[in-house]
Order: sequence, then structure tokens, then C-alpha cells
Amino acid sequence: MLEKIKEFASEFFVTGDPLIYGADASIVLATLGIVFVLTYFKKWGWLWKDWLTTVDHKKIGIMYILAAIVMLFRGGVDAVMMRTQLAFPDLNFLEADHYNQIFTTHGVVMIFFMAMPLMFGLFNIVVPLQIGARDVAFPFLNSLSFWLFFAGAMLFNLSFVIGGSPDAGWLAYPPLSGSQFNPGVGQNFYIWGIQISGIGSLASGINFIVTILKMRAPGMTMMKMPMFTWSVFAASTTIIFAFPILTITLLLLFMDRFFGAHFFTLDGGGNPMMYINLIWMWGHPEVYIVVLPAFGVFSETVATFARKRLFGYASMVFAMVIISIISFFTWAHHFFTMGSGANVNSFFAVSTMIIAIPTGVKIFNWLFTMYKGRISFPTPMMWTIAFIPAFVVGGMTGVMLSVAPADFQFHNSYFLIAHFHQVLIGGTVFGYFAGLYYWWPKMFGFKLNEYLGKWAFWCWNIGFYVCFMPQYLVGLDGMTRRISVFKDPDWQGLNIASTIGAYIMGIAFLFQVAQIVYSIFRHEKDTTGDIWDARTLEWSIPSPAPEYNFAVIPQVHSRDEWWEEKERRARGEKPWDLGPIEPIHMPKNSAIGPIMGAFWFVAGFGLVFHWLWMAIPGLLGVFICMYARSFSAHKAEYYIPVDEIERTEAKLRGGAV
Amino acid sequence: MAQSPAHGTDHHHHAAGHHDPQDIKLLGFWIFLVTDVILFATLFATFIVLRGGTDGGPTGAELLEINGIIISTFLLLTSSFTSGVAVLAMHQHKIKQMIIWLVITGLLGAGFLYLEINEFLHLIHEGATLQTSAFWSAFFTLVGTHGVHVTVGIGWMISIIIQIVRRGLTDDTKGKVTVFSLYWHFLDAVWIFLLSIVYLMEVM
Repeated sequence: MLEKIKEFASEFFVTGDPLIYGADASIVLATLGIVFVLTYFKKWGWLWKDWLTTVDHKKIGIMYILAAIVMLFRGGVDAVMMRTQLAFPDLNFLEADHYNQIFTTHGVVMIFFMAMPLMFGLFNIVVPLQIGARDVAFPFLNSLSFWLFFAGAMLFNLSFVIGGSPDAGWLAYPPLSGSQFNPGVGQNFYIWGIQISGIGSLASGINFIVTILKMRAPGMTMMKMPMFTWSVFAASTTIIFAFPILTITLLLLFMDRFFGAHFFTLDGGGNPMMYINLIWMWGHPEVYIVVLPAFGVFSETVATFARKRLFGYASMVFAMVIISIISFFTWAHHFFTMGSGANVNSFFAVSTMIIAIPTGVKIFNWLFTMYKGRISFPTPMMWTIAFIPAFVVGGMTGVMLSVAPADFQFHNSYFLIAHFHQVLIGGTVFGYFAGLYYWWPKMFGFKLNEYLGKWAFWCWNIGFYVCFMPQYLVGLDGMTRRISVFKDPDWQGLNIASTIGAYIMGIAFLFQVAQIVYSIFRHEKDTTGDIWDARTLEWSIPSPAPEYNFAVIPQVHSRDEWWEEKERRARGEKPWDLGPIEPIHMPKNSAIGPIMGAFWFVAGFGLVFHWLWMAIPGLLGVFICMYARSFSAHKAEYYIPVDEIERTEAKLRGGAV
Repeated sequence: MAQSPAHGTDHHHHAAGHHDPQDIKLLGFWIFLVTDVILFATLFATFIVLRGGTDGGPTGAELLEINGIIISTFLLLTSSFTSGVAVLAMHQHKIKQMIIWLVITGLLGAGFLYLEINEFLHLIHEGATLQTSAFWSAFFTLVGTHGVHVTVGIGWMISIIIQIVRRGLTDDTKGKVTVFSLYWHFLDAVWIFLLSIVYLMEVM
């Protein structure tokens, strides 16, 4: 009996690596620490009532961002470990199979569990406030989306201590990811971690489209929406067309692995290239999904800190819509080497080049917005300005990669690695950082410390160029991605430089953590609600916003309505006619979101280990939750009475409503 | 919102920030259907790409029987009609009639499922399973996904009937019947494509 348990445990838990034992110990210690603190300070009720069961978009947004920062840490540790292994030729810091796992989880964590939740966090916090809404269209669904993301992320992250991590690359190409060559549970964690969180992303996409189409303040036509909201609309539309493809692709891979089907196998008539087409039909739009909101952030920050209207509003909108359409017609440029012939490759080469044009239009619009502006340089603006050269260079190398015949040389080399890191970090990450710094005061009522923020900024930027510029060169020299050791001494100098850059970015992250911690304890409370002297509606209400957001929804007349309102007030003209406060209709908290997430986790875990005794009750629980919600949804609303709103407003605005 | 008994006043048409919740749900559901279209489109694309991948085993033309499919097509199309009649009855506030038509819809759907399961069992008996070849993997997954949708639809409809019996026809329950019927018509439309692309094109 004891032997049996031992044997099971040695396969169930990942064993044999001192790094993993260290991680095991720290996970157990951190969990015990959290449980202790919550119990000691009697905070369990607070956590459950105020946070876990909340349907308030602002709190859900904060939870997304918190999770994203933790995942940024995890993905960053993976990156630093990889760069350590590649610092010198023939190094043996990581074994080859461990290295395979780490580059796989680095990619998956950074895209699915860092970029996506950071993006949804910003969507949640900003969109309802920008369009003058009380919440998103479907607040419960929003909570459910978060919990699906969380269940998926936890399931995926569990793989490195239980069962073993996936190791077939971040997009898990078959046949390598099929059961023939990958019989362990790692790829199952991949499938279910992403599948569960992907369903949440899809639901969020629907939620934000409806929110933007239906919940705008009176007078705010589509062409008067703030540009960030437009970018969310473009990204969400792309999500609803792209994510179902991912759902099916993962389902088919699951069918192959679980039922022995033959979609992507080498035998039985299967076709592995079918998977690669499908995954990139989702995957290419996905990179635009994560970068479009970053474009939206820059459009907000650049106008605010140049103190000018955004240049070329309509062309910005058209550029984003065109990008999200063309993003569906470029997928094959990820595998020009498939051999689909000159005609197919030409089509995808040309479409890839075309998509650079609207992006270029946007770059010029941002530059013209700054032209003759009175520019100030707080941290959100610094990230905005740093983005422009980073993204232009990244975009140019992208156009180089799109030249199909040349791509046969670049394909899968470090040149490609440098390119996509440059657009993903220089575009998406810089953009989300700019957004995080910009809207932080709206979330918490205080600014993040600028001094530490500038240290973080410079470390990120210097580290970024030191890390990735050498990778272009070493890639042109012939170094391919995903190798765990290199032997060529000529590559030494460039690789050590790249590793140093990675460490500098690691230090930059530590500066950011220090910045957040320091600012929580030492800050000046913002009493204006409009700390940047900004332009859009979210700045017209107190920071942090009360749970109902707007005591009275304003009537919108122009694009930068809050800016115009401030101008009107300065000129002594008649300000907004806000009308009387009325009772506000609000959604109630719901425990079904976190419970359903937990059932998905149980079901996913069962499916990973092919334990139907666990998966079936898990899925049953999911359906019971759906029934429970359907039967109780009509009771899940309440009204905030007028006197309570008046008290809250008086407190937040220091007496003046 | 109109059903909140504590507040008799109608907040529906006030200009500031009050939006019709049924309208919002309906739009949300239409967009959900868009995602479901993409979902099926991906499965159809996979089926079309892999249709030649029979790996020397049985082909669709050899095993698929069109007669049974015509009966199940008839059942599903009729159920789409009856769900439409149920919605008409709902608009005339005839609760009993509406429930009867919904039950008929569900029974027709169940009949469709029964025939589908029988067909699958027959195919498995003849030696065509998920594991046989890429063609059969794609066939079972595509047709099966539609079947799962029908199953979910029946379960959903039962929950709606129970809620209407308990709470009567309100804006909220009416909205549920409306989106359910949208879903059911959608499954019908998908079936037309299944019938033509999977069955007719294989057998002809």
C-alpha cells in the first residue's frame, strides 16, 4: 500500500529538481502565510463579500491586474532562467527537457495569463467610466469571465509542481504535442488551462461589445467615444471572431489526445499542418487583440499630456477597424516555409505589408498630437514616448519578415524572437504600463511614486534594448530559437549582452514592485478626481469612483466632454445640467462566479489526469451553477436610495456635489 | 427592471443611464450566436480539409444512410417551426399554449437526438469510430457538436418552462423564451449546412 502511494506520488508530483523543491516550499509557505494573515486579521468575510463575489467592474479589474502582475513575475522568472542558461556556450544550468518546459510556459504565461488579464483589467476599470455607464452590460458574466480566467491560470500553473509542465512550445504544434510524442499530462494542462480561460475571454469580448454599443451616456455617439473605448471595441470584435477558432482547435487536439482521434496525427489520415493553420487563424488576430488596447491607451495619454485634442480622430478609428479586419488575413506568414506555393505566400506577404500602413497612420497621428503641444513628462507619457521608437523598429523588422523569400532565412531564428518581443514588449507591455500608471489614481485615489517609476522606466528601456538588439544580430548569424545550448563561440558576446539586458529588465520589475509597495504607504491622496487634468468622463468623478460610478449621468456633447466642461466652467458659462439624483439600479454580488470557476478547475484537473470520476462531477457542478444562476438572476438586483448617494457624494467631494 | 415591485415607477425611458435590460440581453445573445457560427465554421473547415483522409478505411459514401437523415431533418425543421409557434403564443399571452408548443419542440428535439445516437451506434457497429480515420474523427466531432448543442438546448428549455410555471410571463421570462427560440432556429440553420455538406455531398 505504502509503496503504491509512493509510486503514485512520484509521478503525480514533479520530483528530482532542486529548483522545483524550492518552488514547492515557497508555494506552501506563501499559502500558509496568506491563510494565517487572513485568519489573524479576521479578513475572510471581507475577502469573500467585498472581492471574490463582487460584480463591480472596478474591483474585477483590480483583481485581473493583481493576477497579471503575479503572472508577469512568473513569466519573468522563466525568461531570466532561459537567459541564464544561454549566457555562455555549453552551460548546464537547465537540462534540455527543463529548458523546453520553461520556454513553453514563458510564452503561455506571458500571453494568456499576463497580457490578456492586464488587458481585461484595463477594459474593466476604464470602459464603463469613460462612456458614463454604471457597470458593464452583464456584470455577473464579467465576474464569471474573471473566475474562468483564474481557474485556467491556476490549472496551468499547477503543472510545474504537479504532473509536469507542457514542453511543446507556446502554441503546442502537433505531432510533438500529440499523445504519440508527448504521453505525459503536461499538454493536457496546456489544453485545459487555456480552454477554460479562453471561454472567459470570449465572454468578456461579448460583454464589452454590448457595453459599448448599448450603455453609452446620452449624446455620446460612436464617433464621440474616447479612443481607448474605440480600441476596446475593435479588440473585442476581434476576440469574438478569433477565440471560437481557438476553442475548437484545442478541442480537436484534446480529441486526438483523449479519444485517439486522427485530426492532427501523422497516421490515420490526419494533418498536423491543419492545426498550425487553425491556431494561427486565432493566433495572429490575438497579437492585434493585445496591441489595439495599447494603441488606445497611447491615444489617451498623448492627448492628456500634450494638452491637445487627439490628432486625426476619424483616421485613428478607421485605422483600428482596418487593422482588426486585416489581422484575419495574415495568419500564413507564420509558416511561409510550409510550402503552400508562391500564390498563397504572396497573398499573405502582401496582406502583412498592408497592415503596417494603418499602424503607421496611427504613429503619425500620435506625433502630430504632440506637435506644438505643451508636453509634460510624467511616467505614463514617458512610456508613451518610449513606445514609438520601439514599435517603429519592431514594425520595420516585421515588414522584413513578411517578405516571403527572405523569411525562409529568418524563420525560427532569433531575428524573429527579437521582432516579436520588440512589438509585444515595446507595444503591448509599454502600453499597458502607461495605462496602469495613468489610471492608477482613478483606481486607488493616489499616484504611484514618480521617482521609483522613473528608475523602473529607464531600467526597462535600457534592459529591453540590451536584451533584444543583440538577438537580431545573433539571429542573422544563424542562431535558432528553442535551442537549450549553443556551442558557437562567435555567438558568445551577443548572448551575454542579451542576458545582461534580461537581468536589467528583472531589476526594473523589482523597481515597479517597490514603487507600488512604497506608494501604498507613502502617497498624497488625490482629492480632485482629475489628477492629470485630463479630458474624458472618467476624470469627472471622484477617485476612486463610488460603486455606482456616476451619481447622475452627464449629457455628452463633444469628444473630450470633460475637457470642454472644464473650459465652459473656466469661462463662467453654464456647466452640465446634471438633473436630480435618482435611486440607482445596481447588480447584487454573486457567489456563483467563484463557485463555477472552482467547478471548472475540478473538471479541468480531472480531464488533465483522465480521471472521469473527478471530471464528470466537476462538469455537473458547472451545469448546476448555470441552472442556479438562471433561476436566481431576476432577484440579483437592488436600488441604492437617494440619501445614501447624497451622503457618499458629499463625503467624496468634500461637501460640494 | 420593469418588474421591480419596490419601485412602481417606470424607469424605462428615463434618459439618464437607464437601458432596457431585455434589449441588452438580446444583443448579447446575437453576438454569442456570431461566436457559435465561427465555432461551427471552424469545424466545417476541418471536415472539408480532412474529408479525403479515410486512410483506406470505410468512406462516408459507404456507410452513411440518407433515409434516416431525412427523417431527423424533418423532425428538427418541424421543431424549429413549433418553437416559432410557441413565441407567437407567448406574444398573445397564451401561457398554456406556449408551454405545449415548447414541450412539442423539446420532444421533436429528443426524437432527433434519438435518431442521431442510433446512427452513431450503427456506424460504430459497422467499424467507423473516432479512431478509425481523420474523416470519421471530423465527422463525429462536427455532427456530435451539433448534437451536444441540441442536448443543451433541451435542458435549457426545461429550465425556462419551470421558471415560467413558477413566475409566469414577465419581461424577464419572455426574454428567455425569445433567446431560446433564436438559439433553436440557429441550430436548425446549422443542420441545413450539415445535411448538405456532410451527408448529401458525401453520398452523392
